[in-house]
Amino acid sequence: MKVAITSVGNTVDSSVDSRFGRCSFFALYDTESGNVEFVENNEKNAIEGAGPAAAQFVASFGVQKVISGEFGQKVKAIFDQLKIQLIVIQDEKTVADIIKML
Amino acid sequence: MVRPKRNRRIYISPDFKGFSPIGAINKSSVVIMSFDEYEAIRLADYELLHQKDAALRMSISRPTFSRIYESARRKVAQAFVTGASIVFEGGKIYFDSNWFLCEDCNAWFNSHEHDVSKIYCALCESKKTLRFSDIEFESDTSYLSCPKCKRTACLKEKKQKIACPDCKIELQ
Ligand SMILES: [Zn+2]
Ligand SMILES: [Zn+2]
Repeated sequence: MKVAITSVGNTVDSSVDSRFGRCSFFALYDTESGNVEFVENNEKNAIEGAGPAAAQFVASFGVQKVISGEFGQKVKAIFDQLKIQLIVIQDEKTVADIIKML
Repeated sequence: MVRPKRNRRIYISPDFKGFSPIGAINKSSVVIMSFDEYEAIRLADYELLHQKDAALRMSISRPTFSRIYESARRKVAQAFVTGASIVFEGGKIYFDSNWFLCEDCNAWFNSHEHDVSKIYCALCESKKTLRFSDIEFESDTSYLSCPKCKRTACLKEKKQKIACPDCKIELQ
């Protein structure tokens, strides 16, 4: 299974980015192979529609779960339709911390 | 029954998306304002609450409030002076009965599974999860406002009575 984690940097030591649509990077973690790949979020500075565009973008990688600090209503609707599960973390964690838990 | 602290990411969002300057030359410059920042300005500069009360209302500490408020003021100033647009972050989700809180890792997750025995944390796989609608939230302070000038005060105890310092009528 593939999981997307919003990240402030492009290493596993980076903190989870608390914003979804305007996060800096998405960490794409494959639970079977253990591979982690970082992709930049090009919607970061978009004036409008950053959330929905970012949602379509991460969905295109075939993820089944998305982990962030918050999600917008439009983003949730998109993920609901695609049957992608959302996880909202409340405590400060790094990407590596999350990977260990999965 | 655990009583988790209210999640401060639950907001009523403003019904507009932001501000743009008249006749701006540089249309692409944007300042992103978070809801925390919007809320800090709304409480401190619009509702005129003291920082202590505004912090209570947002369920955050006074130093955290000061930091958010300072950042918000700087963003407003930056937009005002440089002619950048201000864009609010999109409206955040409201948790509903399809959301669960994990008692072990403190994460929220959504699930459409109806059979409670099959619900486990989407992050740490713990079985100790609570459905959002079953959680009793810590009743924090209650808020009263003046029927005339809309000034708000927050009270530690609900029974307390207090009059508006300007209008001299009892806050409700
Ligand atoms: Zn958990
Ligand atoms: Zn009054």
